[in-house]
Amino acid sequence: MKSPSIAKQLKRDRAFVLMFAPVLLYFILFKYVPMFGIVISFMDYNLFKGITGSEWVGFKYYAQFFENRDAFVIIKNTVLLGAYKLLFGFPAPIVLALLLNELRHAIFKRFVQTVSYLPHFLSNVVVASMLIMLLSPSTGWVNRIIEGLGFPAISFLQESEWFRSIYVLSEIWQQVGWGSILYLAAITTIDPQLYEAARMDGAGRWKQTLHVTLPGIAATVVIMFILQIGHALEIGFEKVFLLSNAATYDTSDVIATYVYRVGILQGGFSYATAIDLFMGVIGFLLVYATNQLSRRLGETSLW
Amino acid sequence: MVKNRNGLSLLFDYANVLVMALLTCAMLFPFLHMAAVSISDPGPVVAGRVALWPKGLNFDAYAAVFQDKRILIGYKNTLIYVVLGTTLSLFFSILGAYPLSRRNLVFGRTFMMLIVFTMLFSGGLIPTYLVIRSYGLLDTIWAMVLPGLVSPYYLIVMRTFFQGIPRELEESGKIDGLSDWMIMLRIVLPLSMPVLLTIGLFYAVGIWSNFFSALIFLRNEDLHPLQVMIRNIVMVGQVGDMTVSESVGGRPVVLESLKYAVILVGTLPILCVYPFIQKHFVQGVMIGSVKG
Repeated sequence: MKSPSIAKQLKRDRAFVLMFAPVLLYFILFKYVPMFGIVISFMDYNLFKGITGSEWVGFKYYAQFFENRDAFVIIKNTVLLGAYKLLFGFPAPIVLALLLNELRHAIFKRFVQTVSYLPHFLSNVVVASMLIMLLSPSTGWVNRIIEGLGFPAISFLQESEWFRSIYVLSEIWQQVGWGSILYLAAITTIDPQLYEAARMDGAGRWKQTLHVTLPGIAATVVIMFILQIGHALEIGFEKVFLLSNAATYDTSDVIATYVYRVGILQGGFSYATAIDLFMGVIGFLLVYATNQLSRRLGETSLW
Repeated sequence: MVKNRNGLSLLFDYANVLVMALLTCAMLFPFLHMAAVSISDPGPVVAGRVALWPKGLNFDAYAAVFQDKRILIGYKNTLIYVVLGTTLSLFFSILGAYPLSRRNLVFGRTFMMLIVFTMLFSGGLIPTYLVIRSYGLLDTIWAMVLPGLVSPYYLIVMRTFFQGIPRELEESGKIDGLSDWMIMLRIVLPLSMPVLLTIGLFYAVGIWSNFFSALIFLRNEDLHPLQVMIRNIVMVGQVGDMTVSESVGGRPVVLESLKYAVILVGTLPILCVYPFIQKHFVQGVMIGSVKG
């Protein structure tokens, strides 16, 4: 069948094109115009001269970043936080889903689920405020307990060796319950006959988990893992910003917070944009590559 | 799941219940502790003797919180941003998602690619800031609403849902002489209430929690949302017109109780509505996991 000409299609779909027009305009004004703004990373951008009046400087700011001692530390911090989050944060919801699935008491199970989803809805400001208060060396509850056990109080948020643990643990606290939803759903799609067959063969609960449940959710696990690798470097700005301070910058300063500081606070627009773009391109490649991989595996893809 | 229980299996059950109970405690204890400290008498709080149960009963910290004008201004601003933002976000997401759910929309693939690309790449912080600045949106309500107006992810979830509505229903509307707009309003949207509710809730929670936009785009304190006020009071230590020496009816209020009261006042709306809306959020995750 020959498809009608563009003009005919436009006439047929005019109501839909009209509906979509404001959304298209929005995406152009608020997403695509800023994308062209990345040209300022190749300029000596000045607020008063604007893009047209500023001078081109090529890769000056990129070179400046890599000559800066901070660059290595910031990239390392970003990569390590992402890696630890993946390493510890990824298996946690799977384990929780498996354990929830073994609970016999339905009401207790629902209760645990409901409670464990809750932290997902707290704002980063509230979570960071709670952490700062609870971990405070002078008044915090955690240090009261540590002192009660006979140890000296620890200034958790002033000592850089604690930052990564605090960040990753609080991420798990916030996301473990919410993350388990997908896996629980995957478990419910497993054919009950498989469990019956396993029991006939004399498999106990451990064997059933190992040979029926885990293979049953394996596809979901693989896809989630691939997708999360793709987004591993996207360390959210808010929580790191709220929990870090100058005393812990050697472990807590990541790309997002550095760009905010040198760009917005110190006005180094071109330099900050160069760093952001460099990481943006790496992030893009990572998401693209992992998405191709998951598509190749034939299960699902983002687009 | 297993009918014949042996000793080991039973032991596992007990251990599992214990682990799950501990997990529940880990999720709830911070809230219980904060609540207990915020309503205890100053003496035990200063001595660090309050754990999970209040010592004495004293609501001075809450009285002090509600005396502070910034909390009330923050609440008012946040409510405005949530109502305005959620309404506009839903409206624009529907306008974007419905046309894209049509199988042979003219330029449909191009539009879809334009939207998906923004999920992979963005101009970054500084260009976005400069663009918002050049539009004259700094220090306006719109800085809190427009930059995140349409989430490409929610738009795609909505589109997937619309695609699942049987075409016959739309065709019967056509036969009855309804225009494309009327089919959307009278047939498609009423059938989509669950997804609209869920995505509306996601947008609302996102705007409620948004600290980043306020930090970057708002200098004027009269526009600051609740999150910024909480952060200023708890972290930056700007206690403003309320300090330890500040008193409610002549009695001093302990800073620690006060800060916990601020955190809880800022979380309370979410804590209160959460049990009722929880299932909608869970549905949202499930809809999102079914990719088109």
